Amino acid sequence: MIPAPFTYKRAWSVDEALDLAAQDGDEAKFLAGGHSLLPLMKLRLAVPEVLIDIGRLHELSYVRDDDSQVLVGALTSYDELARSSLLASELPLLAHAASRVGDPQVRHRGTIGGSLVHADPAADLPAVVMALDATLVALGPSGTREIGAGEFFQGLFETALQPGELLTEIRIPKPRAAGAWSFQKFTKRAIDWAIVGVAVQGGNVALVNMGQTPIRASAVEQALAAGAEPRDAAAHAAEGASPSADINGDRGYREHLARVLVARALEESAARS
Amino acid sequence: MSILGTRVVRTEDPRLLTAGGTYVDDLRIPELADAARVTFVRSPIAHALITGIDTTAAREAPGVVAVLTAQDLDDLPPPPPPPADGGGGEVPEGAPLPLGGLWSEPLLAVDRVRYVGEAVAMVITNDSYQGEDAAELVSVDYEPLPAVVGIGTALETETLLFEGTESNVAVTSGEATDDAVFDGCDAVIKQTIVNQRLAPMPMEGRAAAARFADGKLTYWVSTQNAQITRFILAGVLGLDPGAIRVIAPDVGGGFGAKVGADRDALLVAWAARKTGRPLRWVETRSENLVGMTHGRAQEQTVTMGGTRDGRILAYRLDVVQDTGAYPRMSGFLPFLTKLMAVGPYDIPHVQTAARTVVTNTTPISAYRGAGRPEATAAIERAVDLFATEIGMDPAEVRRKNLIAPDKFPYSTPTGAVYDSGDYATALDKVLAGAGYGELRAEQARHRERGDVVQLGLGLASYVEITAADAAGGETSRLMVHGDGTATVYTGSSAHGQGHHTAWAMLVEAELGIPMGSVTVIHGDTDLIPEGVGTYASRSLQLGGVAVVKAAQDVKEQARRVAADMLEAAETDLELDTEHGTWQVRGDPASSRSWAEVATHAGSDGLVAFVQYIGGAPTFPFGTHLAVVEVDTETGKVRLIRHVTADDAGIVISPVLAEGQRHGGIAQGVAQALLEEMMYDADGNPLTGTLADYAAISAAELPSFELLQSETPTDVNPLGVKGIGEAGTIGATPAVQNAVVDAVSYLGVIHIDMPTTPARVWAAISAARESEEGQ
Amino acid sequence: MKVTVTVNGSQVEAEVPDRTLLVHFLRDVANLTATNVGCDTTSCGACTVLLDGRSVKSCTVLAAQADGREVTTVEGLADGSGEMHPVQRAFQAEHALQCGFCTPGMVMATVSLLAENPAPTEEEVRSALEGNLCRCTGYHNIVRAVLAAAPAESERRSS
Repeated sequence: MIPAPFTYKRAWSVDEALDLAAQDGDEAKFLAGGHSLLPLMKLRLAVPEVLIDIGRLHELSYVRDDDSQVLVGALTSYDELARSSLLASELPLLAHAASRVGDPQVRHRGTIGGSLVHADPAADLPAVVMALDATLVALGPSGTREIGAGEFFQGLFETALQPGELLTEIRIPKPRAAGAWSFQKFTKRAIDWAIVGVAVQGGNVALVNMGQTPIRASAVEQALAAGAEPRDAAAHAAEGASPSADINGDRGYREHLARVLVARALEESAARS
Repeated sequence: MSILGTRVVRTEDPRLLTAGGTYVDDLRIPELADAARVTFVRSPIAHALITGIDTTAAREAPGVVAVLTAQDLDDLPPPPPPPADGGGGEVPEGAPLPLGGLWSEPLLAVDRVRYVGEAVAMVITNDSYQGEDAAELVSVDYEPLPAVVGIGTALETETLLFEGTESNVAVTSGEATDDAVFDGCDAVIKQTIVNQRLAPMPMEGRAAAARFADGKLTYWVSTQNAQITRFILAGVLGLDPGAIRVIAPDVGGGFGAKVGADRDALLVAWAARKTGRPLRWVETRSENLVGMTHGRAQEQTVTMGGTRDGRILAYRLDVVQDTGAYPRMSGFLPFLTKLMAVGPYDIPHVQTAARTVVTNTTPISAYRGAGRPEATAAIERAVDLFATEIGMDPAEVRRKNLIAPDKFPYSTPTGAVYDSGDYATALDKVLAGAGYGELRAEQARHRERGDVVQLGLGLASYVEITAADAAGGETSRLMVHGDGTATVYTGSSAHGQGHHTAWAMLVEAELGIPMGSVTVIHGDTDLIPEGVGTYASRSLQLGGVAVVKAAQDVKEQARRVAADMLEAAETDLELDTEHGTWQVRGDPASSRSWAEVATHAGSDGLVAFVQYIGGAPTFPFGTHLAVVEVDTETGKVRLIRHVTADDAGIVISPVLAEGQRHGGIAQGVAQALLEEMMYDADGNPLTGTLADYAAISAAELPSFELLQSETPTDVNPLGVKGIGEAGTIGATPAVQNAVVDAVSYLGVIHIDMPTTPARVWAAISAARESEEGQ
Repeated sequence: MKVTVTVNGSQVEAEVPDRTLLVHFLRDVANLTATNVGCDTTSCGACTVLLDGRSVKSCTVLAAQADGREVTTVEGLADGSGEMHPVQRAFQAEHALQCGFCTPGMVMATVSLLAENPAPTEEEVRSALEGNLCRCTGYHNIVRAVLAAAPAESERRSS
C-alpha cells in the first residue's frame, strides 16, 4: 500500500532533470503523472531509491501544429490529448485512444510520456504511436536523439531509452486521411486494461496486448497493401503475435479476438474515411 | 396520514455528505491519541509447515514497538473442549459454530499455514508506513506441502489439511440417491453447476482499534453486531463481558462478512492487552481480498425430471461446499441451500445432500444471501434446462409449477414453512412490465437475421428466508424525555441500511413525535448491553418491530400518566399522532404535549425496554427478468435491462427498500457476469487486487426497473419481511439464464458463472464445433 | 520534506516523509478524514479529491506532487452559508449513499464531471464514474443524483 522509502527530488527545468538523473543513475526514476509508476511502487514491485519529479516541467506539455507533423510534449496528460482540437482534426486516433485510458481521475494525471516510457504492452498509447509511425525524441547528457516507435519498445517494460535520458517529445506525421482510423479496445469492464486492442490508421495496424511489446500486424498490412478485403486481411491478425494467457483469456481466445477486432477496425476505418 | 410508506430522505446523510462518516480509521479521540498501528505478516504460501520465524530484524526496524507470534498467545484461557465425535461427520442441522477439535483454527499460525493470507505474526509500530516496512523484515521459513485447491482435488487427493481426519470432508448432511423418482419422468435433465467463490469486498475492509486500561477493554470495530462481538471477545480473552465495551462506529459495508467476530480483529484486542498500548488496525485492500472471508464456492449437481407438458415431478440437489482452509461456518451455508432448494415451486419429490470440504484457500463465510443465492441459482438453472429439454418457454414452465397463492403457509419437502406468497403474480407483473412477448419477438428477429449481436432473456423466480434466526429476536429501548424528544436504543446495527431514519419513522407513526426529534443509537454495548445485530435481512422485522412494541409500551405508560395529569379515566385518553398530543376524547382544551406528559412521569421521563422474539422466519419472494446482448464474435455480454418484482411484505420506507434492491441486484449481476476469486493450482490468488478482481462499476450496469409488490405476512404486526438480500438472490440466475438464452439457438445449453467473454466464446465455439461435427 | 498544500482554502504545511501519499497528508496532517482509502491499485476512487479543480485519486499522488497547489475535499464543498452543495443535496434527495464510505470520492468525482460536462447523459455519467466503486447502492441512485444535480450545479457555477 505504501512505497518503500525513497528520496524525492524536484526538477524545475529540463536541464535540472537531466542533472539530477545523472547524479543518481540507476537508482533514480522520473516521476511525471505517476499513474504508471506509483501503482507499482505502492505494491513494492518497483523500489527506486530516488524519484525525480518532472511534473512541473509545463514546457513539456503541448500539442503543436508543425506543418506536416504534430508535435506532442511528453508531459501532456491523457485529458489534454483527449480535449485537443488540433488532435481531433489531425490525429483523432490519438485523441480518442487517450480518452479511453483508465478513468477521468487517471486521465487528469497520467501523461503520454509516462505511458510510453513505462512500455506496458497492455497499455493503449504505445500501440497507437506505433500505428501512427511516430518518432520519439529523447534528451540525454549527450544531446537529443530520435527513435522511431518501431524501435522504441524493446521488451516487457523495456524501451530504447538509456539511463539518464528523458523522453521530451513525440513527433507524429499527419496522416493523409485523418479520418481513416479506428480504435478497438476490448475489455471486460470499462476500467480494465485491454484484453486485446487494435489501433488502425490508414493501412497501419498495431496491436495492444498481443505480445511483450506493442506490435504491428505486418501480415495484415501486407494483405491490405495487396488489395485484400478487411475481413480477409484481418484473418492474418495473429501472425507473428505471441499473446500471453491469463485470467482473461488463453492464447487461442486472444488470437481470435485479434482477428475479429482487426476486421472491425478496418471496416470502421474504411467507413469513416 | 401515517409517515410509513412515504418517501422520506435519510437523516444520516447530511453528516456523511459534509463531514464524512467516522469509520475506525477516522477515530480521532483521546483514547486512541497514542495508538500504535498493527500490521499483519501473512503467509504467502497456501500450504506449508512453518519451520522457523525470525523476528530479530523486524524488532530493530524504525518505530517498532513489538513483534508478536503464536508463542506470545500465552495469556488466553484454553479453547472449549472439542465435540465428542472429534469434530467430523454429521453435524446438527443449522449449527453455525466452528467444529473445533481436529479442525480447529489457531489465532496466529503455530506450525502450519493453510491458506495464502493466513496471519502468522503481528508487527506493532508507531505508524502504518513503518508497519509495512517492518513486516517485510519478519523472516518465516516455510516447508511447502502439496496444495489442495478446488473441490475435485479436495475430494480425491491424499493430502489432508488436518491431521487425524479421515478426509477433507468436514461435514456431510443428507443423502440424495433415490433414482426411482426420476424413472417415471418423460424428461430428465442433469447438470453440474459452479457457484463461484466471491469476495464480499465492502468498501471499508476490516478494521479494529482497542485500548486496555484499568482492567477494562474498549474495542472499536467495523462490525455488524457489537453485542455478539463482546460475547466472543469475553470468551477468547477470558474477560468478564462487563469489563468489555464494544463500539461499532460508522461501518463501511458488511454484506455478511462482518458478522460474528473476525479472528484477525480479535487479535488486535488481545495485542492491546499484551503490549499495554492502544492499537489500531486497518487492513489494505490486498489484505482484504485474501484475509476477509469469501462467499459462495459451491459445486452443485442438479437433476430435474417432469412431464412433457411442463410439470416438474422430481428435483435433486447435490452440493459440495468449499469452505476454504477452516470450516468456520461448519455446514451452515449448505444447510440453508438445502432448506431453500425447492424455491417457489410445488415439487412432489425433492432430494438434497451436501458435503463441506476444506481446501487451501481463504475460509468461506456468509456473503449477501449466505446459502440462498446458491439454492436459487441451482434450481433456476435447472428449470431453464428442463424448459429447453421439453421445448417450452421458461416463463410457462415456471408458471405451471409455482406454489399457488391459496397454499400458504406452505411446508416444503425440505423443511421450510413459507408464510405468505403470490409467486405467479410477481412473475406476471415482471413479464408484463418488461414486455416479454415483444422481447421474444425481437429476439426472433435478431436470430432470423443472423446478427452478430443476439438478445437473451433470463428469468428467475425466487423465494428466500429472512430472519432465519428469528428466535434470537432483537431489542429496543425507547425513552421519551422531558423536552418531548425521544431516543431509541436499538440492538440492530446499521452499516448503510438507514435504520436511524426508519426507526424514527416508526416512532413518529406510533407516537406522533416528529422524526427530527427522534435520535437513534446503536452499536455501543455500554448503552445497549443486549442486542443481536444486522444480518440475514432481519432488522426491520425484528429490530423495527421491537421499536414499535417499545413505542406501544411507552404509549400505554403515557396514557396512565396523562390520565393522572388530566384526572380522567385512562379509557378516555387518546393520542393524536398527527400532532403528537394527548387529550381527553372530545376535549381539545385538555391537550398535553409529549414533553408535558414525560415531565409529569418523572425525572427519567418515559422508558420502555422490549426484547422481541420473532415468531418465525419470513419468506420474501419475487421474479427478476434480465435482458442481455451477447456479441457472438467476441463473447462479450452487455446487460441492457433488468426488471424485478421483489416482494418483502409491507414497505415501510420505499426509498430504503429500493436502495436495498438496487444494491442487491448489482452484486447479483456482478456474480453472473464478472466477479470470481480465482486461485492457481498451488493456491496462489490470481485475483488478489482490485485490478484483477472484477468488482462491478456503474459503467457495466443499466438503471433498474423495479415493480411494486407487497404481500403482507402474519408473522409480525408490521407485516414486513426482509429485503436486504433478495435482490442478489434473484438477479444472479436471471442474468446467467439470459446469457445462455442468447446463444441457445446455437446449441449452447449451459455456461458457468461468471459469463466472461472468454467463457461465452468458448461455449459458442464448442457448440458450433459439435454442430459441425454432426 | 516540507510540503505546503492549500486544502479547502487553508494552507496546511508540514514536514513529512517523502513517500507520503496525498490521501494520508489530507487525513493525518490536515485532519480531514472524510476522504477514504478503499484499495491499493488506484481502482476504487474512494480517495478522489480535486487537485487544482480536477478530480484525482489522492492515493496515487504524492503529497510532494501537490506541494504549492490547491486541493478540495468534500469537507470544503459547502460555501459557508450552511447549505449543502448542489451535488450533496442531490445525493441526499436521491438516496445515493448507504454506508457512506465511497461517498466523498463519488461526490468529488461528480463535481469534477459536472465542471467538465455540465449536462451529461446517463451513459456519460456511468462512464465518468467507472473509476468510483460502490458496493451498497448499485449506482442506480448515484446516477440519478448526478443527473439531478447538473442543472443546479450549472447555475451555481455560472453565478
